[in-house]
Amino acid sequence: MKWRAVAINTFKEVMRDKIFYNLLIFALILIGGSILLATLTLGEQSKIIMDFGLASINLFGVLMAIFLGVSLVSKEIEKRTLYTVLSKPIGRTEFLLGKYAGLLLTLLVNTSIMIAGLYLTLMLNQFRWGLPVLSVEPRLVEAVFMIYLELCLMTAVALLFSTFTTTTLAAMFTLSTYLIGHISANLLAMSEKFAVRSTALLVKVIYYTLPNLSNFDIKGQVVHKVPIEPSYFLLTSAYAVLYITLLIGTAAFIFKRRDF
Amino acid sequence: MGVIKTKGITKEYGAGLGQKRIKALDRLDLEIKEGEIFGVLGPNGAGKTTTIKILVGLMRPTSGTAQIFGKDCNNTKVRSKLGFLAESPYFYEYLTASEFLAFYGQLFDLSKNEIKQRSSALLKQVGLESSANLQLRKFSKGMLQRIGIAQALINNPALVILDEPMSGLDPIGRKEMRELILSLKAQGKTIFFSSHIIHDVEVICDRVGILVNGKLLAVGQIDEITQEKETLEESFIRIVQEVSA
Repeated sequence: MKWRAVAINTFKEVMRDKIFYNLLIFALILIGGSILLATLTLGEQSKIIMDFGLASINLFGVLMAIFLGVSLVSKEIEKRTLYTVLSKPIGRTEFLLGKYAGLLLTLLVNTSIMIAGLYLTLMLNQFRWGLPVLSVEPRLVEAVFMIYLELCLMTAVALLFSTFTTTTLAAMFTLSTYLIGHISANLLAMSEKFAVRSTALLVKVIYYTLPNLSNFDIKGQVVHKVPIEPSYFLLTSAYAVLYITLLIGTAAFIFKRRDF
Repeated sequence: MGVIKTKGITKEYGAGLGQKRIKALDRLDLEIKEGEIFGVLGPNGAGKTTTIKILVGLMRPTSGTAQIFGKDCNNTKVRSKLGFLAESPYFYEYLTASEFLAFYGQLFDLSKNEIKQRSSALLKQVGLESSANLQLRKFSKGMLQRIGIAQALINNPALVILDEPMSGLDPIGRKEMRELILSLKAQGKTIFFSSHIIHDVEVICDRVGILVNGKLLAVGQIDEITQEKETLEESFIRIVQEVSA
Protein backbone atom coordinates (compact mmCIF):
# COMPACT_ATOMS: atom_id res chain seq x y z
CA MET A 1 0.00 0.00 0.00
CA LYS A 2 2.88 2.35 -0.75
CA TRP A 3 0.72 4.28 -3.21
CA ARG A 4 -1.45 5.25 -0.26
CA ALA A 5 1.51 6.91 1.47
CA VAL A 6 2.21 8.88 -1.72
CA ALA A 7 -1.49 9.80 -2.03
CA ILE A 8 -1.70 11.06 1.54
CA ASN A 9 1.53 12.99 1.10
CA THR A 10 0.13 14.64 -2.06
CA PHE A 11 -3.09 15.48 -0.22
CA LYS A 12 -1.08 17.05 2.62
CA GLU A 13 0.98 19.05 0.14
CA VAL A 14 -2.09 20.72 -1.36
CA MET A 15 -3.83 21.17 1.99
CA ARG A 16 -0.78 23.03 3.31
CA ASP A 17 -0.60 25.29 0.27
CA LYS A 18 -2.16 28.73 0.58
CA ILE A 19 -3.19 28.74 -3.09
CA PHE A 20 -5.71 25.99 -2.39
CA TYR A 21 -7.47 28.08 0.24
CA ASN A 22 -7.34 31.25 -1.86
CA LEU A 23 -9.06 29.50 -4.75
CA LEU A 24 -11.59 27.80 -2.50
CA ILE A 25 -12.51 31.00 -0.66
CA PHE A 26 -12.84 32.86 -3.94
CA ALA A 27 -15.13 30.12 -5.28
CA LEU A 28 -17.28 30.22 -2.13
CA ILE A 29 -17.57 34.02 -2.33
CA LEU A 30 -18.69 33.69 -5.95
CA ILE A 31 -21.26 31.00 -5.11
CA GLY A 32 -22.57 32.96 -2.13
CA GLY A 33 -22.50 36.20 -4.12
CA SER A 34 -24.90 34.71 -6.69
CA ILE A 35 -27.68 35.45 -4.19
CA LEU A 36 -27.20 39.15 -5.00
CA LEU A 37 -27.29 38.45 -8.74
CA ALA A 38 -30.51 36.51 -8.26
CA THR A 39 -32.31 39.61 -6.95
CA LEU A 40 -32.10 41.02 -10.48
CA THR A 41 -34.58 38.42 -11.68
CA LEU A 42 -38.18 37.80 -10.74
CA GLY A 43 -39.30 34.36 -9.66
CA GLU A 44 -36.25 32.54 -11.05
CA GLN A 45 -33.82 33.30 -8.22
CA SER A 46 -32.98 29.70 -7.38
CA LYS A 47 -32.30 28.88 -11.04
CA ILE A 48 -29.83 31.77 -11.30
CA ILE A 49 -28.09 30.64 -8.10
CA MET A 50 -27.91 27.04 -9.34
CA ASP A 51 -26.63 28.09 -12.75
CA PHE A 52 -24.03 30.39 -11.32
CA GLY A 53 -23.06 28.00 -8.53
CA LEU A 54 -22.57 24.97 -10.80
CA ALA A 55 -20.56 27.05 -13.27
CA SER A 56 -18.34 28.25 -10.39
CA ILE A 57 -17.83 24.70 -9.08
CA ASN A 58 -16.91 23.59 -12.58
CA LEU A 59 -14.55 26.50 -13.27
CA PHE A 60 -12.67 26.36 -9.97
CA GLY A 61 -12.55 22.57 -10.03
CA VAL A 62 -11.01 22.59 -13.50
CA LEU A 63 -8.53 25.32 -12.52
CA MET A 64 -7.40 23.25 -9.54
CA ALA A 65 -7.30 20.00 -11.54
CA ILE A 66 -5.15 21.59 -14.23
CA PHE A 67 -2.78 23.66 -12.12
CA LEU A 68 -2.32 21.12 -9.35
CA GLY A 69 -2.35 18.24 -11.83
CA VAL A 70 0.47 19.54 -14.01
CA SER A 71 2.68 20.15 -11.01
CA LEU A 72 2.09 16.62 -9.67
CA VAL A 73 5.14 15.09 -11.29
CA SER A 74 6.95 17.96 -13.00
CA LYS A 75 7.37 19.79 -9.68
CA GLU A 76 8.85 16.63 -8.17
CA ILE A 77 11.32 16.50 -11.06
CA GLU A 78 12.14 20.22 -11.01
CA LYS A 79 12.56 20.26 -7.23
CA ARG A 80 14.41 16.93 -7.31
CA THR A 81 12.27 15.50 -4.50
CA LEU A 82 11.66 12.61 -6.87
CA TYR A 83 15.25 11.38 -6.52
CA THR A 84 14.77 10.34 -2.93
CA VAL A 85 11.33 8.78 -3.45
CA LEU A 86 12.24 6.71 -6.50
CA SER A 87 15.36 5.34 -4.80
CA LYS A 88 13.02 3.59 -2.37
CA PRO A 89 11.34 0.24 -3.11
CA ILE A 90 8.32 1.75 -4.86
CA GLY A 91 7.57 1.11 -8.53
CA ARG A 92 7.22 4.11 -10.78
CA THR A 93 3.66 3.18 -11.79
CA GLU A 94 2.67 2.83 -8.15
CA PHE A 95 4.17 6.26 -7.46
CA LEU A 96 2.15 7.80 -10.32
CA LEU A 97 -1.05 6.14 -9.11
CA GLY A 98 -0.39 7.49 -5.62
CA LYS A 99 0.06 11.03 -6.93
CA TYR A 100 -3.14 10.72 -8.99
CA ALA A 101 -5.17 9.30 -6.10
CA GLY A 102 -3.92 12.07 -3.81
CA LEU A 103 -5.12 14.77 -6.14
CA LEU A 104 -8.48 13.07 -6.70
CA LEU A 105 -8.96 13.05 -2.94
CA THR A 106 -8.09 16.75 -2.79
CA LEU A 107 -10.56 17.53 -5.58
CA LEU A 108 -13.25 15.48 -3.84
CA VAL A 109 -12.84 17.50 -0.65
CA ASN A 110 -12.79 20.72 -2.63
CA THR A 111 -15.87 19.86 -4.68
CA SER A 112 -17.76 18.68 -1.58
CA ILE A 113 -17.08 21.99 0.18
CA MET A 114 -18.23 23.94 -2.89
CA ILE A 115 -21.49 21.99 -3.29
CA ALA A 116 -22.15 22.40 0.43
CA GLY A 117 -21.67 26.14 -0.11
CA LEU A 118 -24.11 26.07 -3.03
CA TYR A 119 -26.80 24.24 -1.04
CA LEU A 120 -26.32 26.66 1.83
CA THR A 121 -26.77 29.61 -0.52
CA LEU A 122 -29.94 28.06 -1.98
CA MET A 123 -31.36 27.42 1.50
CA LEU A 124 -30.59 30.98 2.49
CA ASN A 125 -32.45 32.18 -0.59
CA GLN A 126 -35.46 29.99 0.26
CA PHE A 127 -35.48 31.38 3.81
CA ARG A 128 -35.27 34.91 2.51
CA TRP A 129 -38.43 34.51 0.42
CA GLY A 130 -40.27 32.61 3.15
CA LEU A 131 -40.18 29.30 1.22
CA PRO A 132 -39.51 25.88 2.81
CA VAL A 133 -35.75 25.85 3.47
CA LEU A 134 -35.21 22.18 2.62
CA SER A 135 -37.05 22.18 -0.71
CA VAL A 136 -33.92 22.70 -2.76
CA GLU A 137 -33.05 20.83 -5.96
CA PRO A 138 -31.60 17.43 -4.97
CA ARG A 139 -30.41 16.74 -8.53
CA LEU A 140 -27.55 19.22 -8.17
CA VAL A 141 -25.57 16.24 -6.91
CA GLU A 142 -26.00 14.61 -10.34
CA ALA A 143 -24.48 17.64 -12.07
CA VAL A 144 -21.63 17.80 -9.56
CA PHE A 145 -20.97 14.07 -9.97
CA MET A 146 -20.48 14.67 -13.69
CA ILE A 147 -18.26 17.69 -12.98
CA TYR A 148 -16.15 15.50 -10.69
CA LEU A 149 -15.81 12.86 -13.41
CA GLU A 150 -14.61 15.59 -15.76
CA LEU A 151 -12.09 16.73 -13.13
CA CYS A 152 -10.78 13.16 -12.76
CA LEU A 153 -10.28 13.02 -16.51
CA MET A 154 -8.60 16.43 -16.71
CA THR A 155 -6.27 15.48 -13.84
CA ALA A 156 -5.23 12.38 -15.81
CA VAL A 157 -4.56 14.58 -18.87
CA ALA A 158 -2.48 16.94 -16.70
CA LEU A 159 -0.62 13.98 -15.18
CA LEU A 160 0.23 12.60 -18.63
CA PHE A 161 1.67 15.92 -19.81
CA SER A 162 3.55 16.44 -16.56
CA THR A 163 5.48 13.19 -17.05
CA PHE A 164 7.38 14.46 -20.08
CA THR A 165 7.33 18.24 -20.13
CA THR A 166 7.75 21.29 -17.90
CA THR A 167 5.04 22.62 -15.60
CA THR A 168 4.29 25.62 -17.84
CA LEU A 169 4.05 23.62 -21.07
CA ALA A 170 2.01 20.91 -19.38
CA ALA A 171 -0.45 23.58 -18.15
CA MET A 172 -0.76 25.02 -21.66
CA PHE A 173 -1.31 21.60 -23.24
CA THR A 174 -3.88 20.59 -20.62
CA LEU A 175 -5.76 23.87 -20.93
CA SER A 176 -5.84 23.46 -24.71
CA THR A 177 -7.16 19.89 -24.34
CA TYR A 178 -9.88 21.23 -22.03
CA LEU A 179 -10.97 23.96 -24.42
CA ILE A 180 -10.91 21.73 -27.51
CA GLY A 181 -12.62 18.95 -25.54
CA HIS A 182 -15.56 21.26 -24.93
CA ILE A 183 -15.99 22.43 -28.50
CA SER A 184 -15.01 19.28 -30.37
CA ALA A 185 -18.64 18.07 -30.63
CA ASN A 186 -19.63 21.41 -32.20
CA LEU A 187 -16.64 21.27 -34.51
CA LEU A 188 -17.66 17.80 -35.66
CA ALA A 189 -21.16 19.04 -36.45
CA MET A 190 -19.68 21.94 -38.41
CA SER A 191 -17.25 19.69 -40.26
CA GLU A 192 -20.14 18.37 -42.39
CA LYS A 193 -20.21 21.78 -44.01
CA PHE A 194 -16.47 22.08 -44.63
CA ALA A 195 -15.64 22.23 -48.33
CA VAL A 196 -12.04 21.06 -47.84
CA ARG A 197 -12.07 17.35 -47.05
CA SER A 198 -8.71 17.36 -45.25
CA THR A 199 -10.03 19.95 -42.75
CA ALA A 200 -13.09 17.81 -42.09
CA LEU A 201 -10.82 14.81 -41.57
CA LEU A 202 -8.61 16.76 -39.16
CA VAL A 203 -11.65 17.76 -37.12
CA LYS A 204 -12.74 14.12 -36.99
CA VAL A 205 -9.30 13.02 -35.79
CA ILE A 206 -9.39 15.68 -33.06
CA TYR A 207 -12.91 14.66 -32.06
CA TYR A 208 -12.06 10.98 -31.73
CA THR A 209 -8.63 11.46 -30.11
CA LEU A 210 -9.31 14.13 -27.52
CA PRO A 211 -11.88 13.60 -24.77
CA ASN A 212 -15.38 14.82 -25.55
CA LEU A 213 -15.95 16.88 -22.44
CA SER A 214 -19.40 18.14 -23.42
CA ASN A 215 -20.63 14.67 -22.35
CA PHE A 216 -20.04 15.68 -18.75
CA ASP A 217 -22.00 18.93 -18.95
CA ILE A 218 -25.52 18.30 -17.69
CA LYS A 219 -25.81 21.55 -15.74
CA GLY A 220 -28.55 22.93 -18.05
CA GLN A 221 -30.67 19.78 -17.82
CA VAL A 222 -30.43 19.70 -14.02
CA VAL A 223 -31.26 23.37 -13.53
CA HIS A 224 -34.21 23.19 -15.96
CA LYS A 225 -35.40 19.87 -14.56
CA VAL A 226 -34.94 17.89 -17.76
CA PRO A 227 -34.80 14.19 -16.81
CA ILE A 228 -31.68 12.18 -17.62
CA GLU A 229 -31.70 8.41 -18.09
CA PRO A 230 -29.60 6.42 -15.56
CA SER A 231 -27.92 4.70 -18.52
CA TYR A 232 -26.45 8.06 -19.52
CA PHE A 233 -24.59 8.26 -16.18
CA LEU A 234 -23.42 4.70 -16.58
CA LEU A 235 -22.14 5.16 -20.12
CA THR A 236 -20.45 8.48 -19.36
CA SER A 237 -18.78 6.99 -16.28
CA ALA A 238 -17.55 4.04 -18.36
CA TYR A 239 -16.24 6.51 -20.98
CA ALA A 240 -14.37 8.44 -18.27
CA VAL A 241 -12.90 5.30 -16.69
CA LEU A 242 -11.74 3.97 -20.06
CA TYR A 243 -10.19 7.29 -21.06
CA ILE A 244 -8.49 7.72 -17.67
CA THR A 245 -7.07 4.18 -17.85
CA LEU A 246 -5.60 4.93 -21.27
CA LEU A 247 -4.13 8.24 -20.09
CA ILE A 248 -2.60 6.85 -16.89
CA GLY A 249 -1.32 3.81 -18.81
CA THR A 250 0.43 6.07 -21.32
CA ALA A 251 1.79 8.28 -18.51
CA ALA A 252 3.17 5.20 -16.74
CA PHE A 253 4.69 3.91 -19.98
CA ILE A 254 6.58 7.21 -20.49
CA PHE A 255 7.46 7.66 -16.82
CA LYS A 256 8.94 4.17 -16.48
CA ARG A 257 11.36 4.81 -19.32
CA ARG A 258 12.58 8.21 -18.20
CA ASP A 259 16.02 8.96 -16.80
CA PHE A 260 16.20 11.43 -13.93
CA MET B 1 30.12 -11.45 -3.52
CA GLY B 2 30.36 -7.73 -4.22
CA VAL B 3 27.58 -5.60 -2.76
CA ILE B 4 27.86 -3.34 -5.81
CA LYS B 5 29.01 -4.75 -9.12
CA THR B 6 29.04 -2.90 -12.41
CA LYS B 7 30.32 -4.36 -15.65
CA GLY B 8 31.15 -2.13 -18.58
CA ILE B 9 28.48 0.47 -17.88
CA THR B 10 28.36 3.26 -20.40
CA LYS B 11 25.95 6.17 -20.29
CA GLU B 12 25.42 8.48 -23.23
CA TYR B 13 23.18 11.52 -23.36
CA GLY B 14 21.70 13.21 -26.37
CA ALA B 15 22.82 16.84 -26.39
CA GLY B 16 20.11 18.04 -28.76
CA LEU B 17 19.30 17.52 -32.41
CA GLY B 18 22.35 17.22 -34.67
CA GLN B 19 24.73 17.49 -31.71
CA LYS B 20 27.29 14.88 -30.78
CA ARG B 21 26.21 12.58 -27.96
CA ILE B 22 27.92 13.11 -24.62
CA LYS B 23 29.50 10.10 -22.95
CA ALA B 24 29.06 10.55 -19.20
CA LEU B 25 30.34 7.07 -18.32
CA ASP B 26 32.68 4.93 -20.34
CA ARG B 27 32.77 1.16 -19.68
CA LEU B 28 32.86 1.45 -15.91
CA ASP B 29 33.78 -1.71 -13.99
CA LEU B 30 33.41 -1.51 -10.25
CA GLU B 31 33.12 -3.95 -7.38
CA ILE B 32 32.43 -2.87 -3.83
CA LYS B 33 32.86 -5.43 -1.07
CA GLU B 34 30.64 -5.94 1.92
CA GLY B 35 31.45 -3.74 4.92
CA GLU B 36 33.84 -1.33 3.21
CA ILE B 37 33.75 2.43 2.80
CA PHE B 38 34.37 3.24 -0.83
CA GLY B 39 34.87 6.83 -1.98
CA VAL B 40 34.65 8.01 -5.57
CA LEU B 41 36.77 11.05 -6.28
CA GLY B 42 36.50 13.09 -9.41
CA PRO B 43 36.35 16.62 -10.75
CA ASN B 44 32.97 18.20 -11.61
CA GLY B 45 31.32 16.43 -14.53
CA ALA B 46 33.42 13.27 -14.10
CA GLY B 47 30.36 11.00 -13.94
CA LYS B 48 30.09 10.50 -10.17
CA THR B 49 26.41 11.45 -9.93
CA THR B 50 25.59 9.50 -13.11
CA THR B 51 27.14 6.37 -11.55
CA ILE B 52 25.12 6.87 -8.38
CA LYS B 53 21.89 7.54 -10.29
CA ILE B 54 22.35 4.26 -12.16
CA LEU B 55 23.00 2.38 -8.90
CA VAL B 56 19.85 3.71 -7.21
CA GLY B 57 17.66 3.10 -10.27
CA LEU B 58 17.05 6.71 -11.36
CA MET B 59 18.83 6.13 -14.66
CA ARG B 60 19.46 3.21 -16.96
CA PRO B 61 22.88 2.62 -18.50
CA THR B 62 23.13 2.79 -22.29
CA SER B 63 25.06 -0.48 -22.14
CA GLY B 64 26.58 -2.74 -19.50
CA THR B 65 25.12 -4.11 -16.29
CA ALA B 66 24.84 -2.64 -12.81
CA GLN B 67 23.89 -4.79 -9.85
CA ILE B 68 23.43 -4.36 -6.13
CA PHE B 69 23.24 -7.46 -3.95
CA GLY B 70 23.49 -9.56 -7.10
CA LYS B 71 20.33 -8.11 -8.65
CA ASP B 72 19.80 -5.54 -11.37
CA CYS B 73 19.63 -1.98 -10.04
CA ASN B 74 16.21 -1.49 -11.65
CA ASN B 75 14.76 -4.21 -9.48
CA THR B 76 12.49 -2.30 -7.10
CA LYS B 77 12.69 -4.91 -4.35
CA VAL B 78 16.47 -4.78 -4.05
CA ARG B 79 16.13 -1.16 -2.92
CA SER B 80 14.68 -2.29 0.40
CA LYS B 81 18.28 -2.85 1.52
CA LEU B 82 19.47 0.49 0.19
CA GLY B 83 19.75 3.93 1.77
CA PHE B 84 20.36 6.95 -0.45
CA LEU B 85 21.08 10.62 0.05
CA ALA B 86 21.14 12.77 -3.09
CA GLU B 87 23.43 15.73 -3.68
CA SER B 88 22.01 19.03 -2.30
CA PRO B 89 18.78 17.22 -1.61
CA TYR B 90 15.39 18.90 -1.78
CA PHE B 91 12.69 17.47 0.40
CA TYR B 92 9.00 18.03 0.94
CA GLU B 93 9.32 21.26 2.87
CA TYR B 94 5.69 21.25 4.04
CA LEU B 95 6.30 18.13 6.16
CA THR B 96 7.61 18.14 9.71
CA ALA B 97 10.75 16.09 10.42
CA SER B 98 8.68 13.28 11.98
CA GLU B 99 6.15 13.20 9.13
CA PHE B 100 9.00 13.21 6.66
CA LEU B 101 10.63 10.13 8.19
CA ALA B 102 7.25 8.42 8.55
CA PHE B 103 6.55 8.95 4.83
CA TYR B 104 9.78 7.24 3.79
CA GLY B 105 9.25 4.52 6.38
CA GLN B 106 5.89 3.74 4.75
CA LEU B 107 7.63 3.31 1.38
CA PHE B 108 9.56 0.45 3.01
CA ASP B 109 6.33 -1.05 4.38
CA LEU B 110 7.55 -0.53 7.95
CA SER B 111 4.90 -0.85 10.64
CA LYS B 112 3.75 2.21 12.61
CA ASN B 113 5.67 1.00 15.63
CA GLU B 114 8.87 0.42 13.67
CA ILE B 115 8.58 3.88 12.10
CA LYS B 116 8.07 5.48 15.50
CA GLN B 117 11.04 3.71 17.04
CA ARG B 118 13.39 4.21 14.09
CA SER B 119 12.40 7.88 13.66
CA SER B 120 13.03 8.86 17.25
CA ALA B 121 16.34 6.96 17.34
CA LEU B 122 17.49 8.54 14.07
CA LEU B 123 16.41 12.07 15.06
CA LYS B 124 18.46 11.60 18.21
CA GLN B 125 21.42 10.23 16.24
CA VAL B 126 21.50 13.21 13.86
CA GLY B 127 20.83 15.73 16.63
CA LEU B 128 17.39 16.86 15.48
CA GLU B 129 15.35 15.58 18.42
CA SER B 130 14.10 19.04 19.35
CA SER B 131 13.07 19.80 15.74
CA ALA B 132 10.85 16.73 15.28
CA ASN B 133 7.71 18.84 14.87
CA LEU B 134 9.27 21.62 12.84
CA GLN B 135 8.44 21.92 9.12
CA LEU B 136 11.45 21.33 6.86
CA ARG B 137 10.97 24.78 5.27
CA LYS B 138 12.34 26.19 8.55
CA PHE B 139 15.47 23.98 8.47
CA SER B 140 18.98 25.30 7.75
CA LYS B 141 21.12 23.63 5.09
CA GLY B 142 23.05 21.65 7.68
CA MET B 143 19.83 20.47 9.32
CA LEU B 144 18.45 19.40 5.92
CA GLN B 145 21.58 17.36 5.28
CA ARG B 146 21.15 15.68 8.67
CA ILE B 147 17.46 14.88 8.14
CA GLY B 148 18.50 13.61 4.70
CA ILE B 149 20.88 11.17 6.35
CA ALA B 150 18.12 10.12 8.73
CA GLN B 151 15.75 9.27 5.84
CA ALA B 152 18.54 7.29 4.17
CA LEU B 153 18.81 5.14 7.30
CA ILE B 154 15.10 4.70 8.11
CA ASN B 155 15.11 1.13 6.76
CA ASN B 156 18.35 0.16 8.52
CA PRO B 157 19.97 -0.44 5.11
CA ALA B 158 22.88 -2.77 4.44
CA LEU B 159 24.18 -0.44 1.72
CA VAL B 160 24.29 3.35 2.02
CA ILE B 161 24.96 5.47 -1.07
CA LEU B 162 25.71 9.15 -0.50
CA ASP B 163 26.21 11.71 -3.26
CA GLU B 164 28.52 14.49 -2.07
CA PRO B 165 27.41 14.18 1.57
CA MET B 166 29.89 16.79 2.80
CA SER B 167 29.11 19.49 0.26
CA GLY B 168 27.88 22.73 1.77
CA LEU B 169 28.67 21.67 5.33
CA ASP B 170 30.85 23.69 7.69
CA PRO B 171 34.02 22.03 9.12
CA ILE B 172 32.16 20.78 12.20
CA GLY B 173 29.33 19.42 10.06
CA ARG B 174 31.85 17.63 7.86
CA LYS B 175 33.58 16.11 10.87
CA GLU B 176 30.21 14.89 12.20
CA MET B 177 29.38 13.40 8.81
CA ARG B 178 32.72 11.55 8.74
CA GLU B 179 32.07 10.18 12.22
CA LEU B 180 28.60 9.11 11.19
CA ILE B 181 29.93 7.26 8.13
CA LEU B 182 32.51 5.49 10.32
CA SER B 183 29.79 4.51 12.80
CA LEU B 184 27.75 3.03 9.93
CA LYS B 185 30.75 0.93 8.94
CA ALA B 186 31.09 -0.20 12.57
CA GLN B 187 27.49 -1.45 12.30
CA GLY B 188 28.57 -3.62 9.36
CA LYS B 189 27.08 -1.48 6.60
CA THR B 190 28.70 -0.90 3.22
CA ILE B 191 29.10 2.75 2.27
CA PHE B 192 29.60 4.13 -1.20
CA PHE B 193 29.98 7.88 -1.51
CA SER B 194 31.17 10.48 -3.96
CA SER B 195 33.12 13.58 -3.10
CA HIS B 196 35.48 16.11 -4.51
CA ILE B 197 36.88 16.91 -1.07
CA ILE B 198 40.00 14.77 -1.02
CA HIS B 199 40.71 15.08 2.69
CA ASP B 200 37.34 13.54 3.64
CA VAL B 201 37.97 10.59 1.37
CA GLU B 202 41.51 10.12 2.62
CA VAL B 203 40.48 10.02 6.26
CA ILE B 204 37.65 7.51 6.17
CA CYS B 205 37.78 5.36 3.04
CA ASP B 206 38.99 1.79 2.84
CA ARG B 207 39.27 2.04 -0.91
CA VAL B 208 39.10 4.89 -3.39
CA GLY B 209 38.24 5.19 -7.05
CA ILE B 210 39.28 8.12 -9.24
CA LEU B 211 36.80 8.91 -11.98
CA VAL B 212 37.72 11.34 -14.74
CA ASN B 213 35.72 11.97 -17.93
CA GLY B 214 33.55 8.94 -17.23
CA LYS B 215 36.50 6.56 -16.90
CA LEU B 216 37.71 4.92 -13.73
CA LEU B 217 41.42 5.68 -13.90
CA ALA B 218 42.53 4.32 -10.56
CA VAL B 219 41.01 2.11 -7.92
CA GLY B 220 42.35 0.58 -4.73
CA GLN B 221 43.58 1.36 -1.26
CA ILE B 222 45.12 4.80 -0.89
CA ASP B 223 48.69 3.46 -0.74
CA GLU B 224 48.05 1.51 -3.94
CA ILE B 225 47.00 4.66 -5.79
CA THR B 226 49.63 7.04 -4.49
CA GLN B 227 53.23 6.88 -5.64
CA GLU B 228 56.15 7.16 -3.24
CA LYS B 229 55.89 10.16 -0.86
CA GLU B 230 52.83 11.37 -2.73
CA THR B 231 49.65 12.47 -0.94
CA LEU B 232 46.25 11.43 -2.29
CA GLU B 233 45.68 15.01 -3.40
CA GLU B 234 48.92 15.03 -5.38
CA SER B 235 48.08 11.67 -6.97
CA PHE B 236 44.61 12.92 -7.85
CA ILE B 237 45.96 16.07 -9.53
CA ARG B 238 48.62 14.04 -11.37
CA ILE B 239 46.04 11.57 -12.71
CA VAL B 240 43.63 14.31 -13.81
CA GLN B 241 46.44 16.26 -15.49
CA GLU B 242 47.73 13.16 -17.29
CA VAL B 243 44.29 12.68 -18.82
CA SER B 244 43.93 16.36 -19.77
CA ALA B 245 47.40 16.48 -21.35
